[in-house]
Amino acid sequence: MTRIIAMDASPLTMSLRARMVPIVSTMLASMLPLAPVVSTAPLVPPAGLLMLLGWRLLRPELWPVWVALPFGLFDDLFSGQPLGSAMLTWTLAFIGIDLCDRWLVWRDYWQEWFIAASCIAFCTIAAFLIAISTGGGGYILIIVPLLFASILLFPLAARLCATLDRWRLMR
Amino acid sequence: MAPPGNRRPGYSRKAQYGLFFGYVAAVTGAFIALLLLAAAIFDPQGFGALRGVVSDATAPVSSAGRGAARGAGSLGERIAAYIDAGSKNRALNAEVEENRTALIEARAIAYENARLKRMLRLVEQKPEPIVSARLVSSSASSSRRFAILNAGRTNGVAVGQPVRAPEGLIGRVEAVGGSTARVMLLTDGGMVIPVRRADDGLPAISTGTGDGGLDIRPLTTGANPFKPGDVLVTSGTGGVYAPNIPVAIITRVSGDGATGRPLANPGRIDFAIVEPPFQPEAAAPAPTPPVAP
Repeated sequence: MTRIIAMDASPLTMSLRARMVPIVSTMLASMLPLAPVVSTAPLVPPAGLLMLLGWRLLRPELWPVWVALPFGLFDDLFSGQPLGSAMLTWTLAFIGIDLCDRWLVWRDYWQEWFIAASCIAFCTIAAFLIAISTGGGGYILIIVPLLFASILLFPLAARLCATLDRWRLMR
Repeated sequence: MAPPGNRRPGYSRKAQYGLFFGYVAAVTGAFIALLLLAAAIFDPQGFGALRGVVSDATAPVSSAGRGAARGAGSLGERIAAYIDAGSKNRALNAEVEENRTALIEARAIAYENARLKRMLRLVEQKPEPIVSARLVSSSASSSRRFAILNAGRTNGVAVGQPVRAPEGLIGRVEAVGGSTARVMLLTDGGMVIPVRRADDGLPAISTGTGDGGLDIRPLTTGANPFKPGDVLVTSGTGGVYAPNIPVAIITRVSGDGATGRPLANPGRIDFAIVEPPFQPEAAAPAPTPPVAP
């Protein structure tokens, strides 16, 4: 934990790289459905959400709470979900994390994973219900493998965020 | 370990206002998102233009890597083909012998069919394909099953046109951009296709399950008529899909329905062919009756 580099209080005084790396990495992760694979089942985890949660839990002071809205809109453009789906679910998840921050002063690794897992479960199930109510269909069982894969992949996303974080704050 | 930085602003009035504004913006935005979703419930194809622009801009990225991805995907199959090559060869030779006689019979039947149709003066119009293009990417992280087709409005593609491969039906065009189109695959949960059994014309309805399978329901009452291995083709009912396009093969029978597998795997086909709707008048939404004066 000592390897987390201290960050200046205001994001406005940081260098361009320090400001842009979190934004660009999250947007690139949201563009993962552009991968040239035509899949017949939901297989690719919501990488944009994983990266966003990774940054939010690593650097709570980095972004204001409304930042989930533009990121969600960007994700909706690529994910195939109706517009507004990720905007709504990600913002609600962010407000939930803020409430958690009020209760918990200290967070350890397992608590962080638990918070992220709850957010991933909420967003995935809500996205499935939204897809059903806007013309889709199917049974909820089809998203269960994806849900577990996403939860198990979160530590990897958190690691990636930490590595990128060290690089962006390096002088 | 130091406590992580948080958003508690302390006594700074300015920072407190900033935090408050952040929450107001987030809740307002969430309401706007809710309104967008409500719009999507009543008009699922809304904002198609915006999506079209995005997919037009990003399709070159996806299509560039498509060939490599297909090559990697079929590598395992090529290696597996060498295992048991001897016994497979024997079995295939036996099958070829059997098929040869069946093929000769089929030719005779086709000739007889043509003769009978001439006698009935039955004219059948085969739809001319509009365009054939590659499927370049898909909504792999959503529970909906959409794919991006590398042809759009400039190629004559329009909403509602059926999309097929030589092996069978792929889906239907759901939204169009300038040079790309979004195709709803037949495995999507919202995709309902009227089908019939290829052998005897037993009518059924095929619905996608979202995980690569199809849910098949017969339109007859009584005992479940399906058995594994039955092949289903489109019936032409409804006017969107031309009849006799292969759709699915039944893999498992359960309860009063069956589970099928699509005959054309969208992940492995070379080209998807866009066809005009079978009967455009029937496929179009009913015109609104003129208002009486």
